Amino acid sequence: MATRPPANERAAPHAERRLRYLLPVLVFAAAVIGWDLVVRLGSIPPYILPGPSLVMQTLADDWGVLSASLMVTLKTTALALIAATVGGVLLAILFASSRLVELSLFPFAVILQVTPVIAIAPLLLVYLAPDTAVLVCAWIVAFFPILSNTALGLASVDHHLRDLFALYGAGRMKTLFLLGIPAALPFFLGGLRIAGGLALIGAVVAEIAAGSAGRGSGLAYRIVESGYRLNVPRMFAALLLISLAGIAIFAVLTLLQHLALRRWHESALAEEM
Amino acid sequence: MSAASSARENKSSASSTGGPLAAFRKVGKSFQNGVTALDGLDFTVRESEFLSLLGPSGCGKSTALRLIAGLAEPSEGDILWHGGAGPREIGFVFQEPTLMPWTTVAQNVRLPLRLKGIARRAAAPRVAEALALVGLGDFRDAYPRELSGGMKMRVSIARALVTRPRLLLMDEPFAALDEITRFKLNDDLRALWSTLQCTVVFVTHSVFESVYLSTRILMMTPRPGRIAAEFTIETPEPRDAHFRTSPEYGAECRKISAALARVMGED
Repeated sequence: MATRPPANERAAPHAERRLRYLLPVLVFAAAVIGWDLVVRLGSIPPYILPGPSLVMQTLADDWGVLSASLMVTLKTTALALIAATVGGVLLAILFASSRLVELSLFPFAVILQVTPVIAIAPLLLVYLAPDTAVLVCAWIVAFFPILSNTALGLASVDHHLRDLFALYGAGRMKTLFLLGIPAALPFFLGGLRIAGGLALIGAVVAEIAAGSAGRGSGLAYRIVESGYRLNVPRMFAALLLISLAGIAIFAVLTLLQHLALRRWHESALAEEM
Repeated sequence: MSAASSARENKSSASSTGGPLAAFRKVGKSFQNGVTALDGLDFTVRESEFLSLLGPSGCGKSTALRLIAGLAEPSEGDILWHGGAGPREIGFVFQEPTLMPWTTVAQNVRLPLRLKGIARRAAAPRVAEALALVGLGDFRDAYPRELSGGMKMRVSIARALVTRPRLLLMDEPFAALDEITRFKLNDDLRALWSTLQCTVVFVTHSVFESVYLSTRILMMTPRPGRIAAEFTIETPEPRDAHFRTSPEYGAECRKISAALARVMGED
């Protein structure tokens, strides 16, 4: 970044960069056009397969209902992600400071992770209010990558740096804040990026499990409800919004990762080359 | 105190060294995996000397250094400290620069002061001084990744010196550097030692490096490490690049290489 490479070397990455955006857009456009053609030429009725223009039309017409649902799902996802971050980081710090706690609790974190959330959701709905159950489901799936990545980061601290802190008589707190947390930050951010997507998945899965039991306001609930009513265009529109929400969450967390690490970390430097 | 100051006065006459600073008394170190790294290690670090621990890889010389630093405890024997010195007056330079990549050169150098609870305002001039000593005054705001291997090692040395330690421990600090950089850092380290008049214990497996730098060399046996031989390098100060090509330097290197071959042949 500091020195400009010669023009001929600059041209190639630039061209590739353009292709990186151009190609997916072309593929996407081709798929949409193909979809539209199939619907038009086959005269497929909208309750079987709506064309892309009808989906967009529905998105605009039902924006009031759908945007309210989008906010509900996004709020659940955000709350779950925050709770997962707080819980995951605190537990990782606890694990790093006490081997006994780690040995006692880690297996249960794994069990929570490997049990499919769709199987846990109905039980949670028995014991918890629907909104809370959905939040807990999203939290369960988002929590593990943050815990395991942060724990890995805290355990990967350069042992010579540990020695150095010991040499100068640094206490646990100073070692944690000046050494452990900065060293674990790239690992944590990697976990957070995974957790962001998982929190959305958890929220959607739980909303579907809650179905009509819930007061039903999230996007996944809209899909289920529209399915019952054979309102297929609205199902597509809601699905589109869920995808866009997932992309937005990923983009925001990637940006966060880049901003936090760009000054020093290898992962951020690779992009500059 | 008087012993220390007289030692410092003597320093200019090269080979003479001061009173004892730290002494290993029949020190042994075994690890949980059954490896005995050190066995009956007996030597004294003297005030203001440049002492090299020379030996093959895995002879326990790094372990000895960690014991002096208090980063590990001896399994047997004792390390005695003289004149009120102790493991808290130590600077340590590792084989790798061991810098914190997430912060600047100046923050890395400030770390020991920060850990000792010295305020930023009081630390600033000492950080600047330490960086100036290693010739990196202009790089205080750089990140470690922006520096070459040699410059990173200079930062590491500045960090070790910022507390003005009485004893500087160095664990093969230049082993990973190219020869040109290593020679330059050897020269600069030698000059720093003359200026600062601190005591250095330098671990190396290079005969040439140890002869160039040291006032005294302790040769260690392969594991378990013991002292096999002791050499005093008597040359006029200051040493510089001319010493590296002098007949005396060649003679010392030959003598110590031969001794090392004998030590390695015994086991």
